[in-house]
Amino acid sequence: MSRLSIWLILGATLTFLIGPFLIVIFAGLSAGEALAFPPQGLSLKWYAKVFTVESFRASFALSMFLAIFGTIAALIIGIPAAYALNRYDLPGAETIRTIVAAPIIVPGIIVGLALLRYFVVPLDVTITMALFVTHTALVLPYAVRVVSSSLNNLRADMEEAAVVLGCTRFQAFTKVVLPNIRGGILAAFILGFVTSFNEVPASLFLSGPGVRTLPIDMLSYMEITFDPSVAALSALLAFMSVAIVFAAERLLGFSRYV
Amino acid sequence: MSDRFVSLTDLTLSYGSTIAVPKLNLDITEGELIALLGPSGCGKTTSMRAIAGLLAPTSGRIEIDGADVTRTPANKRGIGLVFQSYALFPHLSAFENVAFGLRLQKLPEAQIRAKTEAGMATVGLTGFETRKPGEMSGGQQQRLALARSLVMEPKVLLLDEPLSNLDARLRLEMRNELQRVQKDTGITMVFVTHDQSEALALADRIVLMKDGQIEQLGTPAQLYAEPASAFAADFMGFENIFRTEGSDLVSDSGRLPLGYAAPEPILAWRPGGVAVGTGPHQGRVLASSFAGGHREYVLDSPLGQIKADAPIDTPEVPLGDMIAFDLPRATARPLAA
Repeated sequence: MSRLSIWLILGATLTFLIGPFLIVIFAGLSAGEALAFPPQGLSLKWYAKVFTVESFRASFALSMFLAIFGTIAALIIGIPAAYALNRYDLPGAETIRTIVAAPIIVPGIIVGLALLRYFVVPLDVTITMALFVTHTALVLPYAVRVVSSSLNNLRADMEEAAVVLGCTRFQAFTKVVLPNIRGGILAAFILGFVTSFNEVPASLFLSGPGVRTLPIDMLSYMEITFDPSVAALSALLAFMSVAIVFAAERLLGFSRYV
Repeated sequence: MSDRFVSLTDLTLSYGSTIAVPKLNLDITEGELIALLGPSGCGKTTSMRAIAGLLAPTSGRIEIDGADVTRTPANKRGIGLVFQSYALFPHLSAFENVAFGLRLQKLPEAQIRAKTEAGMATVGLTGFETRKPGEMSGGQQQRLALARSLVMEPKVLLLDEPLSNLDARLRLEMRNELQRVQKDTGITMVFVTHDQSEALALADRIVLMKDGQIEQLGTPAQLYAEPASAFAADFMGFENIFRTEGSDLVSDSGRLPLGYAAPEPILAWRPGGVAVGTGPHQGRVLASSFAGGHREYVLDSPLGQIKADAPIDTPEVPLGDMIAFDLPRATARPLAA
């Protein structure tokens, strides 16, 4: 292939990867009243307005809550699950692995519909609870997978060595296994956090009056008000995600685990 | 000194429904260095894991220092185990690796420090306290694993293939190190190996195992000179083992007259016991290699291949040429079937 065509492919790929991000950043900087690109004049007023919209504040708080505590719940279930799948010769381990991965494979819209029809409505669960359970389930596959891959690198005889030196099995887990999969756990947390925070399809079904995650709230805001504040908010969220992943990569070598 | 310091009685060990070791009986003397020797799958590692408490026996009894420990969990057994892979804790410094077991005993900090430093000095690792295991060489990791076990002052120290991951020169160094530590501490050591030269060089006694059973037990000199079976002979370097019929040696490929009535159903020779250059038989040279003090030949004979060592001062016979050889009565090891 010629040098020129390689550059063309590279340029086109980068345009489609980074282009939308750049458009959103600049659209938010507009001084005009409508969402448009290129921006009409430059101003930071829409970035400022984001922080004054009451529903954005509430939905941001809900999304943060779901991303943090949903992911922690997924890790509390996922770490022992990954350990058991890794260390013991369980009957049906492959089936369990497949079931655990199901929420990734099944489209979110189906997960949302099924949960709404057969979980939320018949059991009369609160919307916040329904969202919490759903986000935990959606993050669980990542927790199990990422923790599994770091457990794979840890030899089982290290735990036996700890036991022979006087540890109980549980102490061997907390003193030897956990410190050595710390990086994997943090990577799983970040991946889970970002997945939960950006989740739309399932949350769309489960959002109710006054209880919405941030992406859903942004959608409904745009249906009524077509001003550049959504672009400004999107840009801020994108910066937050990038900052988290960048920090994780620098601190831990995040990409080793994913 | 108890000669039943570690005592295994009718010990049966299994993995699921597969019996790996059926009814093993073995007494280990206090302060001795004993080798469990055998090919892979002979049950040597399984037996060692049972002594450590990492594998619960199906039946039978394990006693250590007069106490029945058959049902004692591994973390209460007071035994040291050096793993083949060393199993060091990668997240801890060398110092903390050695101090790991002492901290679990909740000893005062000053005592932990003193014991750990003494332990690291014993294996010559003073100055390496802050290194992580990943920053140490194979030999240093091996010594660190040894120190980590020794500071616990175990009644028995088990070592799984302690030299197998080291290169030839380090292996020799570590061998001396193990002997020195054993002599200095007087600790009872049991080590597992598949390498007969390692067992011969290190052990006070060798337990040769086959199919979960003791094939032969004795000092290195006894096993080397007087293997009791064809299996033991093969393991001890008798590479030429043939059946006898009347006054003939027989194999699947043919027969060769001995010239005298065979005393036992099997006769075995080391390569060094085969005479080359003179003798009543002829063999074709299939392979010839220089081995320092002697030359190793592989000969094609009516019995099949024969391995023979010739003195280095005899002229080399080219590949494909015929050479005279003898299987002398004096160097034959007679074996029961």
